[in-house]
Amino acid sequence: MKTMATSLKVNDLFPPGRYLLMGNEALAIGALLADCRFFAGYPITPSSEIMNFMAKYLPLVGGTFIQMEDELSSIMAIIGASWAGVRAMTATSGPGFSLMQEGLGYAVMTETPIVLVDVMRAGPSTGQATKSAQGDVMQARWGRHGDQEVIVLAPAFAQEMLDLTIEAFNLADLYRVPVIILPDEIVGHLEEVVEIPNEKSVTKVKCREPKTPEEPHFGGDGINIAPFPTLGKGYNVLVTGSTHDEKGYRKTQDPLVHRKLVWHLVNKVRKNKDKIIKYEVSGEDNARIGLVAYGSVYRAAREAIELGREEGIKIALFRPITLWPSPEEILRKFAEDTGVDAIVVPEMNTGMYVLEIERILKDIVPVYALNKIGGGEPISPEEIIGYVKKVIRGV
Amino acid sequence: MASQTHPLDKYLRTEVFPHVMCPGCGNMSIANAFLRAVDKVYGSFEKFVFVSGIGCAAWIPSPHFKADTVHTLHGRPIPVAMGIKLANPALNVVVISGDGDLVAIGGNHLLHAARRNADLLVIMVNNFNYGMTGGQLAPTTPSGAVTITTPYGNPEHALDVSKIVAEAGANYVARWTILHQIQLERSFIKALQMEGFRFIEVLSPCTSRYVPRNFGNLKNILDFFKKNTIDIQSAKRKGTIGDKILVGEFVIRDRPGLLRSIQLLREKALRQWEGKRK
Repeated sequence: MKTMATSLKVNDLFPPGRYLLMGNEALAIGALLADCRFFAGYPITPSSEIMNFMAKYLPLVGGTFIQMEDELSSIMAIIGASWAGVRAMTATSGPGFSLMQEGLGYAVMTETPIVLVDVMRAGPSTGQATKSAQGDVMQARWGRHGDQEVIVLAPAFAQEMLDLTIEAFNLADLYRVPVIILPDEIVGHLEEVVEIPNEKSVTKVKCREPKTPEEPHFGGDGINIAPFPTLGKGYNVLVTGSTHDEKGYRKTQDPLVHRKLVWHLVNKVRKNKDKIIKYEVSGEDNARIGLVAYGSVYRAAREAIELGREEGIKIALFRPITLWPSPEEILRKFAEDTGVDAIVVPEMNTGMYVLEIERILKDIVPVYALNKIGGGEPISPEEIIGYVKKVIRGV
Repeated sequence: MASQTHPLDKYLRTEVFPHVMCPGCGNMSIANAFLRAVDKVYGSFEKFVFVSGIGCAAWIPSPHFKADTVHTLHGRPIPVAMGIKLANPALNVVVISGDGDLVAIGGNHLLHAARRNADLLVIMVNNFNYGMTGGQLAPTTPSGAVTITTPYGNPEHALDVSKIVAEAGANYVARWTILHQIQLERSFIKALQMEGFRFIEVLSPCTSRYVPRNFGNLKNILDFFKKNTIDIQSAKRKGTIGDKILVGEFVIRDRPGLLRSIQLLREKALRQWEGKRK
């Protein structure tokens, strides 16, 4: 008698090959390929396809899906699962992302590897549930109280929804830090051809467990990060969101312990940013204008380069794939190497990431913001090239 | 002088003692009853994980228990505990926290974990107020009681937490006071061996905040616990509880826990998938 398999492989469900997939679905498959075996979430447009997908497929690959009572509990449940040694993810959008800030801060403080997806919709508040925006860029970086760093990735294609999700799990494990995947609604909902890889070829870099009882459970010197002592293995772990020493004991009255902990939490991202940051440079040589664009706006910016070419305007394009930590040195080098007269930052918000670009480039080149509160209309390539022409006239 | 040891020392991080609970606080006598129960049922903390929120009761396991302890955010121990248990069913997950943590800020999680029959043992220390922050009003503060935020008396009504958790679908619910050491230990022993959601509420004196404002001294509240509680069995015989607080076992059920339900559906999902492929 043939016994039934206790679980299936991801490639049993999705054999390697090319598929037409929605961005959110591609992201969910990326999570399955990355060994994500726990998902807790709460329904919210425009991210719900991710949880719907996980509800259907996670049980088949031996994972656990649970729909929680709210976003506060969703993020806390994945933190619990991560401590139990299982890769875990949640997905949400603006209003839910606001609620999850609480849990994100706890994950930062307890050095818990988790992956959180925020498919950006138009805010503030309930705003426009089905419309795209890039208004959560600063919230992703600064949304919690206290000093901290997290890693934020901005995919622009359905394929990247899959690829960057695998990357997100590896980064979360490597640096014991929450990783936020931050597509906008357009990237979440667009359908494109996606190549699903053979799962054996997927790179998984996982946390290591402590080798001896003496090894610290938390902290480090910013570069070296303590191993991840998961629950139930006899480590007698003390996990706490309060200030703690390297064995987890609460030390809330000790200035030195607090200072060391906070600088470690910040420096483990800052000092490793060369290894973390991903970006792309494209466009023309001898360009006059440099565009900096991410997410779905990057797609419009690519077309704007073509439009510029037809009109004899040479444009170079810098695309931060890792929004945070921001690519400071790389961006400065881009401005210097291309020698552009001006930088234009088109964004679907009232001017957010442009503040970071200005901070980085202000001594090198003037930075202009093209901001659009679209209310449902994306930024078009024509709008970008129109604004570029205005800038050229003004420079 | 020979060093003093206690038979339950192996469950404690003795290096953090003496503990920081106030003199007369009920927290450590609850811990004592719980540890006696664990010692009788398991004899060790192997595979135990303790999850707590924010507040005095949350400090019972963290850092005192020599086990994996997760000290979480205010109100959120139950979702963290659910994530741990669902991700690793081999672990024995116990939540220990206070009434403010579990019923006010975390009330929604408590209600839904009971509804789901999540496989957790939740121990709620009910001291009728927020002790750690100075003695503010809690959802469990009786009407008329004085707290620092109800200086003229509480205008609201208290929630009967055990009743609600029992109604919501828990497999086991019991309420005792810290004076019911034997009954409490028996409840822990029983609950530790059950599946599904198990909830044990323990009425406990907050000797720094609630007791001085409402009872004068510790003896008075302990007398109140003795005189003003009535066991569910005797209440049934009498047919009335008057203005007394009901103690005892509110519900004992044998419904499948959330884990078992999920596992059954996982098998069904696989069968459906295999069927489709043929």
